[in-house]
Amino acid sequence: MSRQDYTVVGTRPIRPDGVDKVTGRALYGADVRLAGLLEGYVLRSPHAHARILRIDTSKAEALPGVKAVITAADLPPAEDRIIDLGEGAMPLSYIRGNVLAQGKVLYKGHAVAAVAAVNAHVAQEAAELIEVDYEPLPFVLTAREAMQEGAPLVLEDLKTKEFGKPSGKVSNVAEHFRWTLGDVEQGFAEAEVIVEREYHTTTVHQGYIEPQNATAFWNQDGRVEIWSSTQGAFVVRDSVAAVLNLPVSKVRATPMEIGGGFGGKIRVYLEPVAALLSRKSGRPVKIVMPRRDVFEGTGPTPGTYIRVKMGARKDGRIVAAEAWMAYEAGAYPGGMVASGAMCIFAAYDIPNVAIDGFDVQVNKPSTSAYRAPGATQAAFAAESVVDELAGKLGMDPIDFRLRNAAREGTRRADGPKYRRIGCVEVLEAMKNHPHYTAPLEGPNRGRGVAVGFWFNVGLSSSCTLSVNPDGTVNLVEGSTDIGGTRASIAMQAAEVLGIAAGDVRPNVVDTDLVGYTAVTGGSRTTFATGWAAYEAAQDVVRQMAARAARLWDVEAGQVTFERGVFRHGERSISFKELAARLDETGGPVMGRATVNPRGVGGSFAGAIADVEVDPETGKTTVLRFTSVQDAGKAVHPGYVEGQMQGGSAQGIGWALNEEYFMSPEGAMLNASFLDYRIPTTLDLPMIDTVIVEVANPGHPFGVRGVGEANIVPPPAALANAIYRAAGVRMRRLPMKPSAILEAIRAQRE
Amino acid sequence: MQTKVRVHTTVNGEPAEFLCEPRQSLLECLRDILGLTGAKEGCNDGNCGACTVILDGRPVNSCLVLGVEAEGRTILTIEGVARGNTLHPLQQAFLEQAALQCGVCTPGFIVAAKALLEAEPDPSEARIRQYLANNLCRCTGYDKIVRAVQQAARMLQGVEA
Amino acid sequence: MKWFDYAAPRTLAEAVGLLAAQPGALALAGGTDLLVQMRSGRKSTHLLVDVKHVPEMNELSFDSTRGLTLGAAVPCCRIFEDRAVARVYPALAEVAALIGGTQIQSRASIGGNLCNAAPSADSIPVLIAYSATCTVAGPAGLRRIPAEEFCTAPGRTVLQPGEVLTGLHLPPPPARFGARYLRFIPRNEMDIAVAGAAVSVALDNGAIRAARIALAAVAPTPLLVHEAGVALAGRPVSEETVQAAAEMARAAAQPITDMRGTADYRRHLCAVLTRRALETAIARAREGK
Repeated sequence: MSRQDYTVVGTRPIRPDGVDKVTGRALYGADVRLAGLLEGYVLRSPHAHARILRIDTSKAEALPGVKAVITAADLPPAEDRIIDLGEGAMPLSYIRGNVLAQGKVLYKGHAVAAVAAVNAHVAQEAAELIEVDYEPLPFVLTAREAMQEGAPLVLEDLKTKEFGKPSGKVSNVAEHFRWTLGDVEQGFAEAEVIVEREYHTTTVHQGYIEPQNATAFWNQDGRVEIWSSTQGAFVVRDSVAAVLNLPVSKVRATPMEIGGGFGGKIRVYLEPVAALLSRKSGRPVKIVMPRRDVFEGTGPTPGTYIRVKMGARKDGRIVAAEAWMAYEAGAYPGGMVASGAMCIFAAYDIPNVAIDGFDVQVNKPSTSAYRAPGATQAAFAAESVVDELAGKLGMDPIDFRLRNAAREGTRRADGPKYRRIGCVEVLEAMKNHPHYTAPLEGPNRGRGVAVGFWFNVGLSSSCTLSVNPDGTVNLVEGSTDIGGTRASIAMQAAEVLGIAAGDVRPNVVDTDLVGYTAVTGGSRTTFATGWAAYEAAQDVVRQMAARAARLWDVEAGQVTFERGVFRHGERSISFKELAARLDETGGPVMGRATVNPRGVGGSFAGAIADVEVDPETGKTTVLRFTSVQDAGKAVHPGYVEGQMQGGSAQGIGWALNEEYFMSPEGAMLNASFLDYRIPTTLDLPMIDTVIVEVANPGHPFGVRGVGEANIVPPPAALANAIYRAAGVRMRRLPMKPSAILEAIRAQRE
Repeated sequence: MQTKVRVHTTVNGEPAEFLCEPRQSLLECLRDILGLTGAKEGCNDGNCGACTVILDGRPVNSCLVLGVEAEGRTILTIEGVARGNTLHPLQQAFLEQAALQCGVCTPGFIVAAKALLEAEPDPSEARIRQYLANNLCRCTGYDKIVRAVQQAARMLQGVEA
Repeated sequence: MKWFDYAAPRTLAEAVGLLAAQPGALALAGGTDLLVQMRSGRKSTHLLVDVKHVPEMNELSFDSTRGLTLGAAVPCCRIFEDRAVARVYPALAEVAALIGGTQIQSRASIGGNLCNAAPSADSIPVLIAYSATCTVAGPAGLRRIPAEEFCTAPGRTVLQPGEVLTGLHLPPPPARFGARYLRFIPRNEMDIAVAGAAVSVALDNGAIRAARIALAAVAPTPLLVHEAGVALAGRPVSEETVQAAAEMARAAAQPITDMRGTADYRRHLCAVLTRRALETAIARAREGK
């Protein structure tokens, strides 16, 4: 278990950006105000799949108040190449194509043209005057449809990669991989109980309350400045540079405060468009996406079809597991089936495993990461099967999982062996929690459990620290702060320096001011940028030790530092006191560090859910919910709890009500918060949290990223609870009232 | 002839006069004309509450009020909640309870909760949840928001500092 | 939105005059439906006539002999906060408190809910259950229409060019009267009803003297199930009676399948909601509420 005797790490200071956020002073992307600012509007495809025959923008350009109109024709020519942005590599042509459609539109909502005008109303009016001639094409909306022989092709030149190698075959399957461990056929032959089931999940959206936005100014010196709400300013910089064929030195990306991301604000949508409009008009241009465009024109998470087969012996050991997973990547490849496949059986030590994964193109928006991308869908399937297996074996659901739990040394089907991980500890915390044994009385009520995993990522971060004469420290970093990471990063520096959390003042800055820092995502920020702060603080300590040595006229190596105090023999000086004397000992002190840590620790999470199902309407009420997660070391427990509660809430919404309701023409019918139903205050109980701390051996404080794994268990936990409440096994998400009622009635017959 | 309309209103206790097009929402007028960007646009159709302001004592979605309808009315925005240099107990409680993550829904919640506590100083958890159901949050799952409102209620009643 | 002009008349005559003189002008009360529709392009106008400054539109008064007078622009929050309404017309207070959420209720009016004429409108079945009549002002003067006849098709009403709804009148309920509206939504607030049932009963010596059942979201307009009211009159209060009423509601429903629910699901819900609402209405009537 993790150390408990830190001074700052593990406490709950008020976040340094908090006052600005509770007073409305904090500036988010849409709050940018510049002299001469124009507002923009994007025209989008009404068709799920169509060839663009002709675009005539003349009427739009003629409307008074319009200052610029662009289409893909305004994109500077750029050689296609593979670029790595944020969380994966992709051909540049796909990124450019998604920003402004070239030749074909691939989904309803695909951006086709854009207008900049004196205000957004005029821009929208003008966009509606742009004439586009389309030739509608046949389209596909589900993975299985798209995989069939003869299905309409979304990307006509996409050749399937089979088992890691190009196959030369053109199809809607961008990639098919197969991972194996042991011998599944042999394993199933040994199994005494087998369960095999099919699961379907529909497209869902991250649902951040703040729409995408971007403001751009293409200056007369050829420099492009971008202000946007993004999970990664360096991704913005690099994407804009790549899409517009500019050197990165010509682009400066400033991350504004961001109103939620969850993976959906890593990719650029508006930034290059705003930049082009700015170049054409000579003025800064701001575009804020209307809510309907957020649903139709950004990157929701894949809908999926997953088949899971698991076999166990009567003694409770799982001997074989198989999964066949087809994920809808949307219009371009990258449907996160691989990460789903990494997580699907990750909680278990299974000797024989086979996983087939298919990344499938369909005529829907190009999907993006959504909090543990791909894992939630996978866990819905696998954890439901595990529940059935436990039932058939007559074992308690947690005991069954403990019997098979992954531990240090367990090998996953995708290859890696676990270092020290907390799967067992999470399961035990669930089992020992009062919720698990609390009586649940009354008809139509049931309790379910599930666990989930996310591997977390490391990637690069940079940090600099400057020591102020009053003993406070300015911290400069490049990780946009979505959930309080500014605070948890500062706390790690403060811990090293032996000063109060409030004495480290963090600043999230733009790409001109800090070294490369990868996205805020992948549960990496507290882990990796925190580590950069840790290393930068160590750098400061080394330099200041040398200053103390100079004061005392001793060798630097003989000065010790502990809990904020430098010592040599009888002499001591505190960090604060020494800070006041930097000038006389050689001048200012700045610490710096860049990290690309390898010691990432995955996080296991668990959920216990109590539900009541109204047997006459199928409506599910969540009565009680407990979230358990291994944080390694909770730097700021309040923010760790917040991540757990937030991920749980998203998982509950995903489980019970959220879906893209598609028309036969391939349009989303419910592109608003009215009918895309995320949970309100009335739809959730208090969410209890238990932070388990199994230190990550690869991090100085034992930190494991916590942002993501908590969304993974809730849908399966709710499915298992609904089974006990209503007697039906739900195999489709969402488990909405009409679906549950239908299942109840079907069962009665 | 497209003529703008002159609107006279009181915002955060001060007279505020502005020129706007009838089609501009109160939200647009507050943000783009008066520079009060604390109220946010989340959906523009009354479903998320991020644009909540108090209009003549009632919390409203300012995206569904026209700027011209504010004529002669009194408006309170998030920028007017703090008392000079001192945070309102709701603001303090939100910070202490870590009731915000990305913070974009926070102004709307604080303004709505302020209206609640002024009308009902000691609301139950169920009542708090019901009153705030028009405010969506995607980050927190609402647990800490409800606790912050409960703490603020205690602070306002003098039960807690 | 396209440009429009805005007028805020101070008298009913002025409002009617503006609406009559400008074809295509639209009346604005709370704006919580209208502005959304104008932004999505579903409705458009070159003149918005804000009726919130017309005194008749803001009236809210109760008299035990004459009943309740409810101005068309009175926002929901004034309705459910009114003690007389809460005491005498509890189902009306309840529906005013469930439309949208708090911020919507600060602005949205039941008059507006009626004029928007959505098949799924929550308040209209309640008005029907309370036997409300609508007062309409126009160039030709005033006229009155029963609430169940006001909506003619989805989004359409009996209002002629130049006419505007000024208010509603609910008669005083008799003794031993109870009413209740229940709707089904997938979440717990903020949703459009998948189906809704409003029921009112007047009891007489343990039997049902009169009853009205009205349904939401299962027909092109809010639906008064006339035959159910007729069938219930004179019946004893019993499980069979309640079940029969629920079945009549189910049979009367003509729902469509859309993204909010299938026709089958809506028919099923009609029966469930009618039964539950009727049970509560009867309980309230017995308590003399």
